Amino acid sequence: MSTDNTKQENKAGTGEVRIRVRDLKKTFGDLEVLKSISMEVHEGEVVVVIGPSGSGKSTFLRCLNRLENADSGVVEIDGTDINARGVNLNKVRENIGMVFQHFNLFNNLNVLDNMTLAPVQLSKCSKPEAADRAGKLLERVGLADKAGSYPHQLSGGQKQRVAIARALCMQPKIMLFDEPTSALDPEMVGEVLQVMKDLAADGMTMVVVTHEMGFAREVADRVVFMDGGYIVEEGTPEEVLLHPSEPRTIDFLNKVL
Amino acid sequence: MLRIITDYGGLLLVAMGRTLLLALLGLFFACIIGLIFGIMSVVHNRPCNIIAQVFVDAIRGVPMIVLAFFVYFGVPYLFNTIIGGFSVTLTALQAGTICLALNCGAYMSEIIRAGIQSVDIGQMEAARSLGLTYAMAMRRIILPQAIRTMIPSIINQFIITLKDTSILSVIGFPELVNTAKNVQANTFMSFQTWAIVGVMYLIVITILSRSAKRMERRLNVDR
Ligand SMILES: Nc1ncnc2c1ncn2[C@@H]1O[C@H](COP(=O)(O)OP(=O)(O)OP(=O)(O)O)[C@@H](O)[C@H]1O
Ligand SMILES: [Mg+2]
Repeated sequence: MSTDNTKQENKAGTGEVRIRVRDLKKTFGDLEVLKSISMEVHEGEVVVVIGPSGSGKSTFLRCLNRLENADSGVVEIDGTDINARGVNLNKVRENIGMVFQHFNLFNNLNVLDNMTLAPVQLSKCSKPEAADRAGKLLERVGLADKAGSYPHQLSGGQKQRVAIARALCMQPKIMLFDEPTSALDPEMVGEVLQVMKDLAADGMTMVVVTHEMGFAREVADRVVFMDGGYIVEEGTPEEVLLHPSEPRTIDFLNKVL
Repeated sequence: MLRIITDYGGLLLVAMGRTLLLALLGLFFACIIGLIFGIMSVVHNRPCNIIAQVFVDAIRGVPMIVLAFFVYFGVPYLFNTIIGGFSVTLTALQAGTICLALNCGAYMSEIIRAGIQSVDIGQMEAARSLGLTYAMAMRRIILPQAIRTMIPSIINQFIITLKDTSILSVIGFPELVNTAKNVQANTFMSFQTWAIVGVMYLIVITILSRSAKRMERRLNVDR
């Protein structure tokens, strides 16, 4: 992995732009959560977003697949402006997997059906094909024996691994993670991070909101520190985590490390 | 007492059958109405929300006996006389079914709305994030989960509707209460007649709520 030294353009030469965000703004009532966010994520890049609670990390991530509607600004996924009128949002979302803090597995479906529902409903593949793909993914996340289990029969770590596998079953080009390990007991954090590391090693384009600084250091190509509705600082993990230049970043890192 | 049972027992049983028929018809259409308005009240669409809210408020704000007179006498009068040129007639069964369906439908819509809203918002978000449409997510993920929490209220509403059929005796549908009035008029044995009718309702409703309880338990087991 080559590390370019200009902050913005990490790995810029190695892949095309998958996500382009320009001057993104989002308010909830009077609360300005995102004031102006601009960012590019390239093919195969892993971007870790850190920042204090309430700084808008989740909101930012949710604007990337329009679970949240931006007030203004541009979000382009593979060149498609997803805020444009007439855009087929469901088609866009098929290519963006999302993993939530609280797993959000479908409680009324077993693990296999959780994974195959979307690909089959959206005619991505036949039912047997989807089941076959799901089986392989479950093997990859170490849960081959859980295909018939229901969510309430799984531990937190297992649920989150299924949630990742469910997103992957759509064969997305981009994966978004919103604090995937924050709701887990400490002993289960490792198993989920391992799956994410494998995914990164396979070249998946990922945007990860997390408080796991170890993961950021080890896996991220770029770390983005958000605060007060802006990106305060970004760069390689070394730059941002070990040699931060902004006082607010230093302050935040002192608190979490 | 015995004389009423031997002489009028068959008649009362048939009337109970009509009561059940009316209730079932009303419930069937109430479920459809409830589902439509229930979903209309949760979709992200202001006009739909308002229409659903107005419907529910209107039905809840009018006593069913007034609704019954309105549908049975008022609506045909509107078409035949006020507007003119139509010949609309409603049988008592049709008018009764409409009344029950509207009345129960409004309450069902509230039950369904609450049931849908009781499902964690994360379920919908996860479904949409995979590219599923709102309708697919509703049908495959949200409604199946909502149904479980709705079942006790729905059963309760079914029982209320069964009892409400008695109100429709006023438009002359020969259900149990209407028939019992005739029995009382013929025999002058009001105590015995109404005691028997009361017990008949009691038996049917008890059977219903018992089997409902059993169904509820079974649904909770395989959860
Ligand atoms: N749907 C909403 N309606 C109103 N306010 C919201 C909504 N979603 C988020 N907010 C507010 O926006 C701000 C940013 O929220 P967000 O969840 O994006 O922060 P975050 O950085 O993800 O925080 P955390 O680390 O706690 O998850 C918070 O103050 C939150 O209360
Ligand atoms: Mg968050």
